[in-house]
Amino acid sequence: MNLGRVIGTVVSTQKVSSLEGVKLLIVQPLDENLEPAGDPLVACDAQQAGPGELVTFIGGREAALPLPDPFNPSDATITSIVDEVSLD
Amino acid sequence: MKIGKVIGNVVSTLKLDHYIGEKMLLVKLLDPDGTETSETLVAFDRCQAGKGDVVLMIDEGNSARMVLGTGPNGVVRAVCVGFVDAINIYKADPASYGA
Amino acid sequence: MQLALVVGTVVATVKDDKMVGVPFMALRDLDLDNKPTGGSIIASDPIGVNRGEVVLYSKGSSARQTEMTRDRPNDAVICGIVDQWEVGGETKYTK
Repeated sequence: MNLGRVIGTVVSTQKVSSLEGVKLLIVQPLDENLEPAGDPLVACDAQQAGPGELVTFIGGREAALPLPDPFNPSDATITSIVDEVSLD
Repeated sequence: MKIGKVIGNVVSTLKLDHYIGEKMLLVKLLDPDGTETSETLVAFDRCQAGKGDVVLMIDEGNSARMVLGTGPNGVVRAVCVGFVDAINIYKADPASYGA
Repeated sequence: MQLALVVGTVVATVKDDKMVGVPFMALRDLDLDNKPTGGSIIASDPIGVNRGEVVLYSKGSSARQTEMTRDRPNDAVICGIVDQWEVGGETKYTK
């Protein structure tokens, strides 16, 4: 999993049927200092995350599993909303 | 598998059900010679690791589901599975391989 | 998933048997300002997209998770046609 910040939303009406009803968010991956690390990506939302929130997201084949229809082509899905990152 | 250094914790209340009770660690991946890479991962903990520990980790779904015992639908990939005591690297001249 | 612009179709007559019947589209990656990033990819199209449309695509083993690409050798698939996206409250693209 990676840390990320929700920075935007994507609207798509016509999509693969397995992703119908799934919210799409733009996520900026972050490093441990919460600085941007890599290019933004579009992730499916399994946690009702909102804009500006710090989240963890999972990539690859596992990204399909938390969504209502698990046979879907998502390759990035938000798995938790982060309360705190401590480096101490 | 990968090696990494534990640099912190991630705390979350709103998360997937099977994440409840699992500690989430922030891990900086290391090169084989021990230098830090730019890549940071959030990983589950199966070896009671803490900050500063150099750990052996899995970053692959099937193995992670096996280790964490989540069943076939576990949404997991990265998990710390052991401590690294030492890494020995042979400094042979690559040009001599197969000679 | 990534944002991309559909720039063309790809026709291949001689190909692996498992790839027959899957349309391929040529995509160019877009950044959040709707500008090409320089990256490009060929993706399967289970939806029926047209040239000039902005789409979302998935890479890797996730790309085999549609009815059209199930159990086929495939590493990129179009997931949806993008109507709009916004970043930080500012609409960056509208169809």
